[in-house]
Amino acid sequence: MVIATLCGMGFGTSMMLKLFIDEILKAEGIKAETSPWDLGTFKGNKADIVVAPVDMEPHLRDYPAKIVLIKNLVDKAELKEKILTAIRELS
Amino acid sequence: MQLERLLIKSAIRAKLSLETREEIIQKAGDMLVEAGAIKPEYIQAMKKGIDELGPYCVIAPGITLLHARPEDGVERACLSLLTLRNPVKFGHSTNDPVDVVFALGAKDKNDHIEALAELAGFLAKEDFLQVLRNSEDSHTLQEKIFEYIKTRK
Repeated sequence: MVIATLCGMGFGTSMMLKLFIDEILKAEGIKAETSPWDLGTFKGNKADIVVAPVDMEPHLRDYPAKIVLIKNLVDKAELKEKILTAIRELS
Repeated sequence: MQLERLLIKSAIRAKLSLETREEIIQKAGDMLVEAGAIKPEYIQAMKKGIDELGPYCVIAPGITLLHARPEDGVERACLSLLTLRNPVKFGHSTNDPVDVVFALGAKDKNDHIEALAELAGFLAKEDFLQVLRNSEDSHTLQEKIFEYIKTRK
């Protein structure tokens, strides 16, 4: 499974999301390849799940992946619930 | 690089009276320019990023992490911090208004990751947020935040 985390630049927000997701997946024993991207570079790439801050939603409409939108990026409970739900729905 | 090194002590200010998103980004960036960590054009790039892509950088209620790209003018990996006397709206759908502002400069994709992970972990902790929000002057905030970082390692 390929999980892409997105932000505008690929260095701050998306990196933070990747770190938290890796932690959650490790604790759950789920294997996935997680990588941070900036929106511009990512377009055209394939991922099973795209995780992004909620306010990037307008840029992700019609994107061919499961889109997970996060409101509070430091709230691990929100992130965990949403990412595990997305993984369950795909498998 | 650890948070203790990424965060520049002279680039920490508490309870500033700033009124607009523009002024806030400028100030958060100016402190890094004064520290010799970024070039002035990096500030313009941070403003442009938020104008073009929206205020997604408001990562949690009241907290924003501003940044642009390494090639936009980063001299060395750095982080500034300012808190606001009165919260300001950034236009975020759920996390407005903002009263805690970080500005990050990264040299590449890797050297700031350790520090960012530390910061993200701290931002989920109520006692850390209290240090940020309850420090009434810059000196107190500078002392307390480094004390927090050192004791929570």
